[in-house]
Amino acid sequence: MSKFKENSMRVVFLICACVSILAVVLICVFIFANGVPAMGEVGVFKFLTGTRWKPGQDIYGILPMIIGSIYVTAGAIIIGVPLGLLCAIFMAKFCPKGLYKVLKPALNLLAGIPSVIYGFFGLVVIVPAMQDIFGGGGKSVLTASIVLGIMILPTIISVSESSLRAVPESYYEGALALGATHERSVFRVTLPAAKSGVTAGVVLGIGRAIGEATAVSMVAGNQPIIPESLTKGVRTLTTNIILEMGYATDLHREMLIATAVVLFVFILIINVTFSLAKGRKK
Amino acid sequence: MSNNVMRTADGKDIYTMSAAKRRFRRGGTLLTRIIVYLAAAIAVCVLLLLIGYILVRGIPALRLDMFAWEYTTDNQSMTPAIINTIIMTLLALVVAVPIGVGSAIYLAEYAKKGNKLVAVIRLTTETLAGIPSIVFGLFGYLIFVIACKFNYSMVAGFLTLAIMVLPTIMRTTEEALRAVPDLYREGSFGLGAGRLRTVFRVVLPSAVPGILSGVILAIGRIVGETAALIYTSGTVAGVPSSLMKSGRTLAIHMWAQLSEGLYTEQAYATAVVLLVLVLIINGVSGIMASKLSAKKG
Repeated sequence: MSKFKENSMRVVFLICACVSILAVVLICVFIFANGVPAMGEVGVFKFLTGTRWKPGQDIYGILPMIIGSIYVTAGAIIIGVPLGLLCAIFMAKFCPKGLYKVLKPALNLLAGIPSVIYGFFGLVVIVPAMQDIFGGGGKSVLTASIVLGIMILPTIISVSESSLRAVPESYYEGALALGATHERSVFRVTLPAAKSGVTAGVVLGIGRAIGEATAVSMVAGNQPIIPESLTKGVRTLTTNIILEMGYATDLHREMLIATAVVLFVFILIINVTFSLAKGRKK
Repeated sequence: MSNNVMRTADGKDIYTMSAAKRRFRRGGTLLTRIIVYLAAAIAVCVLLLLIGYILVRGIPALRLDMFAWEYTTDNQSMTPAIINTIIMTLLALVVAVPIGVGSAIYLAEYAKKGNKLVAVIRLTTETLAGIPSIVFGLFGYLIFVIACKFNYSMVAGFLTLAIMVLPTIMRTTEEALRAVPDLYREGSFGLGAGRLRTVFRVVLPSAVPGILSGVILAIGRIVGETAALIYTSGTVAGVPSSLMKSGRTLAIHMWAQLSEGLYTEQAYATAVVLLVLVLIINGVSGIMASKLSAKKG
């Protein structure tokens, strides 16, 4: 009897563990099966390189959204990574103990702030500021980049900090013993040694930035055209879905799912990069 | 050149930096330090500004009638949204916690090292964790709303959320189980307990704080989620009469107020409630986690 119980529970646990496999398979099947045939209907090449998105006239080109996603993500990285990385270096190597005890839990808390709040902050603070500085509507590539840059800060700080802390103290001490200053030891010895962990943090940030929908839709302007400058409005892959899914039907709806396919492929590439970056650490 | 060379007592030449280079380096050191402090200050200030701004603008916008029982277009009460959030969170956890803890038990206690299946499970869990919430939303829409014919409903919403938070619960639970010393297990086996009894009576109880911190983290994500819910649970305000009907959570409530464009003041108030709620939830999770690591250390 107890042997039977042991074995049956073992199977139950195994089934639980397989749920995540099932979930990923189902997600792939549903998204791809609904998106890929429609992509074929319009023409994959035309879909990916078309510069006009006019669902009313059955014209579906998502190049503006692909470029928009890349612009906004790149902007977020340019803003968020240097700031986050330097902040992580401060936390790991420069921060007085007393301050650290306050700062660390505070940053952990910030990591959990919902994206709708970041979007709201962007809408009521950064958009008006942009209107004052550059004129126009204020919703632009730059605004979206700044909001996303702030949003990925906590992620980048916490991952980078823990990988900096994982570098053996003896590396740093060795550099000091060779006569290097504190700063030089940190930047020339500890930081290079933590490179793979830092990379993993950056890739995680890229994934978060490219997948963000709600916050971006509030501050990016959402025009489906390739932006000519940083202060022009932009639409990303994610916002394309969130804006039009509510009223889309038939082919239009399938094209939105096809947009998700493209986004999904981007994310898979990023995930593989992330695993590689993490794998190198071991 | 000659002043860059020092001769030691045993006649060896040691090359040193020139005075100018040394001065340059010292300047560089100072500059580096300034940049690091400045960047840290900016990063922390921006994040504090975000919270501060929403609290300062939002708290005055809070009024008592925003917590009235009924939602009307004149009075954007958030009580129904709060009730929906609680229902949605509980139901998503009822689905996700047993599955998540079960799979963590399999990974930590049953699976042998180098098992191919385990590698696949880890890969898919990592993939699941990296999928953006809008893709979860679209998936939930396709499978639950369309294929299962649930329409926009609470059921479609919490099932989508359950899949979304599964990796979080799995990972934290597995870490908590692995942190339990092997001595405990050996002691239990030594007393004649089977693996199952060991897991439930010895390993799980001592891993509870870690598991709870993961569950609370998941609650934080559910409470703040918008993109996965807009097209699954829908945006109908008010408490639904059944789970097969649409109802919006607090985060969706805020999103809807903003996209309708008429309720910015009310959105400030909603933002404060949402922000405070999430900060409390994450704070509790953090305290749980630090208690665990204190016990370990």
